[in-house]
Order: sequence, then C-alpha cells, then structure tokens
Amino acid sequence: MHLMKAFEEGMDGVYVAGCLEGECHFLRGNLRAKKRVGHVQGILAALGINPERLQMYNLSAAMGGRFAQIAREMTERVRALGPSPVTTGKGREFVEEEQEEKGQ
Amino acid sequence: MKTGSRLEKVLEKGQFAVTSECGPPRGADPDVIREKGALLKGVVDAANITDCQTSVVRMSSLASCLILKEMGFDPILQMVTRDRNRIAIQSDILGAAALGINNILCLSGDHQRFGDHPQAKNVYDIDSIQLIMTVKKMRDEGRFLNDDELTKPPKLFIGAAANPFADPVEIRALRLAKKAAAGAQFIQTQCIFNLERFGQWMREVVDRGLHEKVAILAGVTPLKSVGMGKYMKNLVPGMDVPDQVIERLKGVPKEKQSEEGIKFCIETIEQVREMEGVRGVHIMAIEWEEKVREIAEGAGLLPRPKV
Amino acid sequence: MIVAEAKPIEEVLAMIDRYDKIILAGCKECVAVCAAGGEKEVQLLASALRTARKTAGRELEIREVTLERQCDPEYVEGIRGFAGDYQAILSIACGVGVQYMAEHYKTIPALPGLNTLFMGGSLEQGVWSERCQGCGTCILHLTGGICPVTRCAKSLFNGPCGGSAHGKCEVDKEIECGWQLIIDRLKELGEFEARYTELFPIKDWSTSRDGGQRTITREDLKQ
Repeated sequence: MHLMKAFEEGMDGVYVAGCLEGECHFLRGNLRAKKRVGHVQGILAALGINPERLQMYNLSAAMGGRFAQIAREMTERVRALGPSPVTTGKGREFVEEEQEEKGQ
Repeated sequence: MKTGSRLEKVLEKGQFAVTSECGPPRGADPDVIREKGALLKGVVDAANITDCQTSVVRMSSLASCLILKEMGFDPILQMVTRDRNRIAIQSDILGAAALGINNILCLSGDHQRFGDHPQAKNVYDIDSIQLIMTVKKMRDEGRFLNDDELTKPPKLFIGAAANPFADPVEIRALRLAKKAAAGAQFIQTQCIFNLERFGQWMREVVDRGLHEKVAILAGVTPLKSVGMGKYMKNLVPGMDVPDQVIERLKGVPKEKQSEEGIKFCIETIEQVREMEGVRGVHIMAIEWEEKVREIAEGAGLLPRPKV
Repeated sequence: MIVAEAKPIEEVLAMIDRYDKIILAGCKECVAVCAAGGEKEVQLLASALRTARKTAGRELEIREVTLERQCDPEYVEGIRGFAGDYQAILSIACGVGVQYMAEHYKTIPALPGLNTLFMGGSLEQGVWSERCQGCGTCILHLTGGICPVTRCAKSLFNGPCGGSAHGKCEVDKEIECGWQLIIDRLKELGEFEARYTELFPIKDWSTSRDGGQRTITREDLKQ
C-alpha cells in the first residue's frame, strides 16, 4: 500500500532496502517484502508504468558504501526514465509485450 | 437375452473374436466411413465407431454406425456420458436399436480439456457404469430410468472398456467386477504394450471368476514409429508403453519401424490368445485402418467363422 | 468460503472508463480471507485506479468503503446516505455482493471487480482450493468425506476412470485423482469393502443448479 501510494502521489522512483537474505532481524521479513515488491511491480506494469521505477535492494546497516552506491544507481535509473507518467499525464510509458505473448 | 449381434454369436460359439474400430471424419462426408469400412470387410466380427474420441468433434457415432450397417457390418455404437444427459442417452439407445444396431460400448469419455473445444460445458449426468445399468434396465426390464414402461425394449449387446494399466492398480479388477455386476457382457481393454502387467490383471480377473461373466477382448495397437510410441507413452492418459518397446523400435532403421510395430502387434495377439480368459482381440489401428487386415492375417485370425 | 480473485486491472479500468466518481466497496468476509476484496484490497485497488487515471491525464474520485458483508440487506443499506452522489459502484465482493448492490441501488450501475470462482478453503497462506459445488444432496458420509462431484473432473460416482495415473487426474498432473483419494480414505477408515463394491446409484441433480436460483425458506425464522 505504501509503495502504491508513493507512485500515486507522483514519485518517480521508489526503492526498498532490506537486510541481506538470510540475515533478517525479523527472520523472513525481507523475503516477504521481496514478494510484495514483485506484486506491486506487476500492478505498475499493468498500469503502463515502468516497473523498474520500483526496486528492492538487500544490504546490512553497516554497509554505508553500498548504500551510497545504491542511491546513485537508483537516481541514475530514474533520471534516465524521466518523470513518472503519473505526473506527466501523457499516457502509458510501458507496454507489457511479454505478457501479451504469454496470453496467446 | 439374445440380440442380433454377430459378436455375441461368435463369442457364444466359443470362437476367438476380432473387433476393430473406425474413427469418423471431421466433416459430413459419408464416404470416409465407407472407405474405412471397406478395409475391414471380412476381417472383423464387429466394428466400433468412436464417439468424439479425445473430445474432438467428429461425425456422430450413431450416424456412422448406420453407414457401416448398410455395408453389411455389425457396428458397435460407442457412447460417452461426457456430452449427453440421461434424456438424450435413453433416446439415442432407442434410436440405435431401431436402426438395427446391436452393440453398444459404454464409456465416460475423455475430458473436454483434451479436445478441440475445451471451453465446452461437460455433462457427465451419469457415469459409464450407470450407463451400463441404464441399457440393461431398458433392455431387460423394458423400463426407462424413471421406471416408466417403454413400448418396445431395445435389444443391445452391452460392452464396456477396461484399463488394466491405470491407477490405482489394486482396484482395476474390482472395477471390472462392478461393470460386470452392472450388466456388461463384453469388455474391450486399453491397448496392451506391457504384457506382464496385463497378465497380472488377467490372473486377478480369472481369480474372481469375471472371465466367465464378461468376454474380454484384449486391445492392441500397432506402433507406426518411435515418435508414436513416445507420444502414447507420455501424452495419452492411462497408457503403459514400456521402454523396451520403444527401444525395440529404435533398434531398426526408420523405414523399418512401422514393420517392426506391426510385428510386435502380431506377437502381442499371439501371446494374449494363450492367456486364460481372453476371448478375442480389439485391434485399434488409429488412422492406419489399412493395416488391420495384415495384422489379423499375420496372427492367424482369418478367415472369420460363419455364424 | 466463497473464493474469488481480482479481475485484471485493465478490464476494471475499461469498465469504469466513462465514470469519474465511483464507490469502491469491499467486504470483510470471504473475499477478505482470500485476499481479493477486503479492506486492504480496497485501498490498494483504489490507489492503483487513481494512479492509472493520472497517467492518462484524467481524474478519478473514489469513495472507499468496506462493508461487513454485501449479502445482507442491512449492511448493503450502509451506503444509502451517499450512494446517490456517485456514478457507479465497483464492488469487490463476490458475485452475490455485486448483485445485492444492483438490487438495492437500481439507478446506479453495479460493476464486478472480481471473478467469483468457487466454494473452497485455504490450503496454506496464499493458496485456496475448491471443495464444494453445491449439488444440494451431500453424500460425503459414503465417500470418506471426499466429494466426487468436486474432486473428480468427471464427477463420477463409480470412479476412477481409466485416465487416473499415479494418483493424478488425466486433465492436469497437478490435480489429484478424486477417486484415488476416496479409495485411500475408505481404506484408512476400514470402509472400503462396504462402500466401494456397491454400485453407486444415479444422482438426482435436481437439487443442483440449472433450475433457476435456489431459495430456501425457514418459516420458523421469518418475522
């Protein structure tokens, strides 16, 4: 819900940071989060929003360098994609070609 | 109860019976049946017409049976319960008998998912065993399923299918017992490639004395190629094709594979003939009806006896 | 419970295309349990629909509401106060709920946001499976508690058919053969000899569907 709301409000990109797989403080919270991120990526794609705007990363709280790297990577990615179609209002930026083929 | 069935007469005389089948066309051309029929003249005691086998739409079994009858055959009407309810079933039974068709094979039918119209609603108002009960009730009691009297009972020799190779293994003979109790008089089995497993099933059947209640016709099918063998092994439900059989075909050059398949078929017939309780064969040469004569001849089944 | 699943979002968007102001009504019972139409699903779907509209440069106002049930008149009346302000009711309850909305709010189109599938239960979190088809004449005591109408693809009563292999149905290797299950259970209960050898009589389907909608009345409970 938080993820979906962020895009509804016009965010150009969202990334979720979770612990390294196998090291979750809440045991399996990071694995469940991964599935939910996947679910929302599917919804975004169906709405014509590039699902790459939503990403999940795994790292530990001590990995400051990695965090900075991720931040840069995400910024670059979103910059390249341009503003979210939610703010531009110009229609779909993404067509689910693979999905259409599978549907045949 | 004596019907006009030639198959019934052959079995009563203690002769080894031979049946085969014709698949009707996917169109309205009656000549397709006539051509297939012509290939079987003098080779079989009775011939099945399949009923939308594998749930693929084909010319109706009843209509095709009439065409075969006009050629002098004793047709076996195959009827599945997948597509028609008890009203249509009882109606078709009366129609078949009125047209002089003497034999009926009672089946549930392959699920519509396999066929060319998987979106169709299936019926399965009654199952195959209840269909046997229905024919028997109409014939022997002269009554419909609701117990109303019908005006002239249909005289039909009742058959059913048996699959010695399906699971669960331990109830397969028991299921045959149920079919016999319901009124089945002859059985055609699924085609046999695993002789050992078939032999085991026959022993169980004989132990229960079922071979005396129903006439068992062993099903055989000639393999045209390794490809066909693999297809049947992997994609046809309830089929047991042992690896040795496929290996045997692989062991000969491609052009010789069909010949080898026919040889194996003939050997199978010869072996099942030796088993106690087997009273005939049902040769299913799918889309290869021209080979049935060769197989019957090779197995020493011709000429057919006069009854 | 009744098990349903969300319609593809493109289909829903097409349904509401001509409307700018809709009610999105969820239900706290069955569809909440199978995560298709409960409060969480209302919020998520509303956000997704609004997002889609913004992407197309249009607006969409959604009144989000989740009712106790959509199959009781008292609860469905709960939106009477504001229903008239909206152009359509998108219901993500089961097919019953959608129809109750249509019957109660005759001038407002009721749209289905879900495809209602079957009566079933949870196998594990996230997995729901069919168990009952409402034939109206339950014989589970004769088949070890396993339904031949639902679990056998051909609804055989004297099964299994010749397509049963390794305990699986010929239709789909993921589906267990209902009759294999029944036989195994009857053996476990020591009822195999008694039940399986008998010929199961032909079923009376007249208590099942196909007779128009079935209605039951309890005179002792009517006001």
